[in-house]
Amino acid sequence: MSRIQQTFARLDGQGRKALIPFITAGDPDAALTLPLMHALVEAGADVIELGVPFSDPMADGPTIQRASERALAKGMTLRKVLQLVGEFRKTDATTPVVLMGYANPIEAMGLEKFAQAASTVGVDGVLVVDYPPEEAAKFGAAMQACGMDPIFLIAPTSTVERIAQVAKIASGYVYYVSLAGVTGSGALNVDAVAERLPAIRAQTGLPVGVGFGIRDAATAARIAAFADAVVVGSRIIEEIEKSTVETACANVRTLVAEIRRGVDEVKK
Amino acid sequence: MSTIPYDFPDAHGHFGPYGGVFVAETLFGALDELKAAYAAAQADPAFRAEYEYELKHFVGRPSPIYHAKRWSELLGGAQIYLKREDLNHTGAHKVNNCIGQALLAKRMGKPRVIAETGAGQHGVATATVAARYGFECVVYMGSEDVRRQAANVYRMKLLGAKVVPVESGSKTLKDALNEAMRDWVTNIHNTFYIIGTVAGPHPYPMLVRDFQKIIGEECLEQMPEMTGRQPDAVIAAVGGGSNAMGIFYPYINQENVRLIGVEAAGDGVDTGRHAASLTAGVPGVLHGNRTYLLQDEDGQIIETHSVSAGLDYPGVGPEHAWLKDIGRAEYQPIRDDEALKAFHDLCRLEGIIPALESSHALAYAAKLAPTLPKDKILLVNLSGRGDKDMHTVAEKSGIQF
Ligand SMILES: Cc1ncc(COP(=O)(O)O)c(C=O)c1O
Repeated sequence: MSRIQQTFARLDGQGRKALIPFITAGDPDAALTLPLMHALVEAGADVIELGVPFSDPMADGPTIQRASERALAKGMTLRKVLQLVGEFRKTDATTPVVLMGYANPIEAMGLEKFAQAASTVGVDGVLVVDYPPEEAAKFGAAMQACGMDPIFLIAPTSTVERIAQVAKIASGYVYYVSLAGVTGSGALNVDAVAERLPAIRAQTGLPVGVGFGIRDAATAARIAAFADAVVVGSRIIEEIEKSTVETACANVRTLVAEIRRGVDEVKK
Repeated sequence: MSTIPYDFPDAHGHFGPYGGVFVAETLFGALDELKAAYAAAQADPAFRAEYEYELKHFVGRPSPIYHAKRWSELLGGAQIYLKREDLNHTGAHKVNNCIGQALLAKRMGKPRVIAETGAGQHGVATATVAARYGFECVVYMGSEDVRRQAANVYRMKLLGAKVVPVESGSKTLKDALNEAMRDWVTNIHNTFYIIGTVAGPHPYPMLVRDFQKIIGEECLEQMPEMTGRQPDAVIAAVGGGSNAMGIFYPYINQENVRLIGVEAAGDGVDTGRHAASLTAGVPGVLHGNRTYLLQDEDGQIIETHSVSAGLDYPGVGPEHAWLKDIGRAEYQPIRDDEALKAFHDLCRLEGIIPALESSHALAYAAKLAPTLPKDKILLVNLSGRGDKDMHTVAEKSGIQF
C-alpha cells in the first residue's frame, strides 16, 4: 500500500477527511521550506502538496505566481525541490508529499530520470498541471513504474467521457478544481461543487480532493462534508507573504490548525 | 511540379511529436467548444464567403506581389519578389487571422474578445476587428512592452480596446499570453481568445494557419502570372510563425520550392542574446504545446532579445518544429544589424519601409540572392510595414525626434 493509500485508509477508519495544504518550494527562500513542511504536519496536514516553481505558471492566479517568482529569484530548481523532499523524509516517513508543477522542468530533466529521482527521495505523487490525460501516457507509465501516483485534475467543465479517461489512468486521489478559473480566485460555489461529486464518484473509487478558492475553516467544513480531502493553497501563501521569516512558521501553523478544525467538524 | 502528401495536424493536434493540448483540465471545455465551432464553420460555405468578403473589402486583399528589381540588380543574383502583406489594413498580415477568429467569435455568440500582444501589432489588429464587429476588447501586453510601444498602445485605445499591462514574469509577450489564458479560463462563458500566432494549444496552431494560408494561396496564383512559374524559394520571418506558415503551407507539397524561415539572432546566436528557438532551442512544453523552446538547463523559459519586438518570443509554432525535423523547411538566423541593413536598403532602393520583423526575411534573401543565378526566383513575405518601428530604428541610428 502506498503512503497516500495508507493515509486515506487511516482517515477513513477514523471517520475523518484529509487536509492537503499547498506551498511553493523555495518561497520565500529554500531555508524556510523544510520548517514550513513540518509546521504544516504539526498543524494537521495529511498530505503536503509542494509546488515546483515554473517561469510561466499559466494556470495559477497572482498569489501562486508571486510565490513562484520569489522561489525562482532565490534559485529554486526541480533538483533542489527533490533534495528538500529527501531532507523532509529523514524526519517524517509517513506524510505523503505530492509535487505539483508544470511539464517543462520535468521534461528538461527527462521523464524517467525524474521519476526515478523523485521516488528515491520519497515523493509519493506528482500532479503536472499541463499534462491532461491525452498527453500523459508516458508520464503515467514512468510514474507507475517507480511506484508513484499520477494525480489528475477534474474541472467543472469536464465531460463524463473526460472523467472516465482520468479515472482510467489516475491513482492516489483525483483533484476536483472547484471553479472555472485560476488558483486563488474568489468565486467558489459550494453547492455547485457538491452537485458535481456524484458524477465523479460514479467513475472512480479514488478519494476526491477539492481545491481552488478555499480560504477559511467554514468553507473547508462545508467542502469536507462531501469531499474526501480539502486542498488549500493561495490562502497559505498569502499568510507566508504577510509574515516575516521569523513568524512564517507560527502564522502558517495557526492558520492551518484553524482550517483543520473546520475539516474535522464533519467528523461524527 | 511533383507533390508530396502532407496532412497535419492529426485529430489531437499533433505535428509528429509537437503541438498537442498541454493545458490544465479547466481549459478543455473552452477548447472543445472552439474545435466544434471551427469544424462547423469550415463546413459552412457562408462562413468562408463572409471571411473572403471581409478580406477583400475591409483588409484590401488580394495583396500584390512586387518585383524588387533595383535591389535584386544591386545584389547581382536571384530575383527577389515581395508579397505585400504590408499593404493590408492595419499594416501587417496579423489582420487576416483576426478577421477569421472574430467571425468565429460572432458565430459562437461571444460578446467579448481578448488577445495578447508583444509589439502591439496583433493587439491593434484585434482592437480593429473588435471595433468593426462591436465586441468588447481587452488586450494583454507586458508592462515592459507597454512602455516600449506607446504609439500602438494609444492606437488600441483609440479603437476602443482596454490595454492591460502585465507585471508578471519577464513582463513581455510570453507573460501576456499567460495572462490572456488566465482571463480566458475565468471568463469562458462570454469570451473568445484571439491568439495572434500559430502557437497555443490545439486547435489554435491549425486554425491560425488556416486563416493565414490565404497569403500562400494567392502567391500560388500570382507567381505564375508574373513570372510564368513558382518561386525557387519562399522566405519568411518566424516569430511565433504565423506569417511564415501562411505563405509556406500551400507550398509544402511542392517539393521543388525551398521553404526558409528566418529567426531573430539578436546580437548573435552565440551571445545568448537572441530569439532563435529553432536554431538554438530544445523541445519542451510551453503555452499549451510541445515545440522548440529557449530555456535554461532547469527547464525555466529564458528571456529573449531582438530588435524586432514581434520576433521576441522564446517558443515557435509547433508546425515549424515539425517542418524542421522532417527537413521540409530550413531555419536560418539573422542578427539585428543584418536586419537593420536590409531595412535601410529596402527604404532607399525600393521606396518601401518594411517592418523590422519582415526585415529579417529580407536580410536572408539578400544573403542568398548573390549565391544564385539571375534566373532564380526568391519570394519574400513582406509581413508588415515599418511605420511602427520608426522610434526603434531612429534610436539605433542615434537619431532623436
Ligand atoms: C509584421 C510582423 N511580421 C511578423 C511578426 C511575427 O509573428 P509571426 O511569426 O506569427 O508571423 C509580427 C508580430 O508581431 C509582425 O508584426
